[in-house]
Amino acid sequence: MWTWFYRLASPPYVYRLAAAFAPWLLGLAVLAMLYGLIDGLVFAPPDYQQGDAFRMAYVHVPAATVSVMAYTLMAVASGIGLIWRIKVGHAVAAAAAPIGASFTVLTLVTGSLWGRPMWGTYWAWDPRLTSELILLFLYFGVMSLRAAFEDPTRGDRAAALLAVVGFVDVPIIHFSVQWWNSLHQGATVLKFAKPSMAPVMLWPLLAMLLGFTLFFGAVLCMRLRGEVLNRERQANWVREAVKA
Amino acid sequence: MTVCEPRLEVDAVHVWRGDRHVLKGTSLQVGGGELLHVRGPNGTGKTTLLRVVCGLLRPEQGTVAWCGQSITAIRGTYQLALCYASHEPALKGDLTALENLRFSLGLRRRIGDAELRDLLHRTGVAACADLPSRVLSAGQRRRVALARILGSEASLWLLDEPYTNLDARGADLLGELLAGHVAGGGLALVVAHQDLMLQCSIQRLELAA
Amino acid sequence: MQYPALGTRGVSVGTGTAMALILRRELTLSLRRPDQLLQPLVFFLIVTTLFPLGLSPELALLRAMAPGILWVAALLASLLAMEGLFKSDADDGTLEQLALSGQSLGGIVIAKTFAHWLVSGAALVLVSPLVATALAIPLEAFPTMMLSLALGTLTLSWLGAIGAGLTVGLRRGSVLLSLIVLPLAMPLLIFGANATDRAIGGDDASGGLYFLAALCVFTCTLAPLAATAALRITLE
Repeated sequence: MWTWFYRLASPPYVYRLAAAFAPWLLGLAVLAMLYGLIDGLVFAPPDYQQGDAFRMAYVHVPAATVSVMAYTLMAVASGIGLIWRIKVGHAVAAAAAPIGASFTVLTLVTGSLWGRPMWGTYWAWDPRLTSELILLFLYFGVMSLRAAFEDPTRGDRAAALLAVVGFVDVPIIHFSVQWWNSLHQGATVLKFAKPSMAPVMLWPLLAMLLGFTLFFGAVLCMRLRGEVLNRERQANWVREAVKA
Repeated sequence: MTVCEPRLEVDAVHVWRGDRHVLKGTSLQVGGGELLHVRGPNGTGKTTLLRVVCGLLRPEQGTVAWCGQSITAIRGTYQLALCYASHEPALKGDLTALENLRFSLGLRRRIGDAELRDLLHRTGVAACADLPSRVLSAGQRRRVALARILGSEASLWLLDEPYTNLDARGADLLGELLAGHVAGGGLALVVAHQDLMLQCSIQRLELAA
Repeated sequence: MQYPALGTRGVSVGTGTAMALILRRELTLSLRRPDQLLQPLVFFLIVTTLFPLGLSPELALLRAMAPGILWVAALLASLLAMEGLFKSDADDGTLEQLALSGQSLGGIVIAKTFAHWLVSGAALVLVSPLVATALAIPLEAFPTMMLSLALGTLTLSWLGAIGAGLTVGLRRGSVLLSLIVLPLAMPLLIFGANATDRAIGGDDASGGLYFLAALCVFTCTLAPLAATAALRITLE
């Protein structure tokens, strides 16, 4: 059983595995998102408090969840690359970072659009949005650090260390932002009142969550192949693979 | 406490710097009383080789062993047994020559000011002991670095272009120190583009592009 | 245990002695460049001056904004000083020598960072009453403010050490350093500013102070590992 695990450390194996997985993940993702969007945007009843505005949750909440999951994946892959010096770990982290950052941006944009009907402004320092913004800064830090090194190996290792340090800090940041917000509770309750979701509203949300996760996986596989090729470009197997 | 035979073994070391395959399976063995002279054109990995032997750089493949044990396992002891002199003399400009020695050698062993001054005297820069290093000439700074090597009491000397900035007398001094060290059973890896005229057994390693 | 022949014949140096030696080295070097010591402090004063100029000289308004202004200025001034932690040693080759000294690199990093905090962070704390007066912070709030700044700058020194270890030797490293460290330092800002704010209002500030202290202990325990690992990556 562990041999399968060891094979994951081999770049050519991962290259082929990602190629096999990507189309399936993408197909399932599209199906899940189609169901989620149609059911959520069209069929689900409007919320009694927020009306139709709550439908933004169908994009905002899954995007937020995936952005945090992506950072976790990036940190774990970075840790594996750092501790056991497995290059595939760094490739996964490098592939995941921009995708996670994009989902974070999506979260912020949909959060802002959701805020307009709720609070009348395009931005408010809601604790969850603020945490997402800080997460975006953490993503930028990791990506900038990796790009700043001329030697890509050292760049990978430095970015990996930063990703792990950031990961340790994320719970602290989240807690401190919640605390900060709770202290400054003004007249307006500037929090995303999570509408208590009846099952008929919940299924599309779960479907969108699944869809976004699968989509992330599909894009990760595609980017991972590129990262692996780039890192291993001197190796023989790459020449064979590119010729084919 | 058994004292082992000092021996450095580098086995099939590969190092990539980005795209460049800098060290391609380099191997070497140096025993007590031997000096290895490393030569090669620029960019062939001479400094990289020294850094791998120091333990600063982990090679992608290959091993470095000191007294039969991998250097990653005996890091502290190995570092005390070696002395690395890089291309720069590694002195803090704001500290005097004496203070520089005190703060670098003082981490390795208890050493008094009298002994530090004696080391500076032996390398001909006793007069510079209390001057800040930034006012010293390049040659004087190199001699202070030599004093540090001498004072380190290391078995393995790793010298990267040690003749830089030394005048004829300085070069003679370095030759004497090297010969004395090797005669006493020490090992040395010297990267130098000139010929070493020394009275001791010299192995040669040519690194090619 | 096998010892290599011709190894150190003298008395070996324990970690404590080595750390004390490094501390002495760092303090000697810092005190010989008093201008470099003063620069972050002056920056602190200048940034604080920007706010009344940009907002309004009205004392009531400044007092309300004081915790935020004070802490942001302290954060930025500390980050300015952080770049110097490893840079000069990396430039003249002494950093490698420290890594090859036979002493634990972690101990050396702890000594260097602590020495750096003494001359930058602690100095900031001592200068803070000046800034506090300029921002109309009442005298009763000073002890809490200074305690929170002491804890905060110590934590920040460690976060900065990680950032400095990662960015030493990079072109435009100082910008990247700030980019990396500031998001990590946001909880610091929240707790510290809150403690100062409560103290100004005459309320009990212990909530914020306890969180700040916990953050400080947490960082001082784990950050040395990260900073040492960062240095090893840089030295490769």
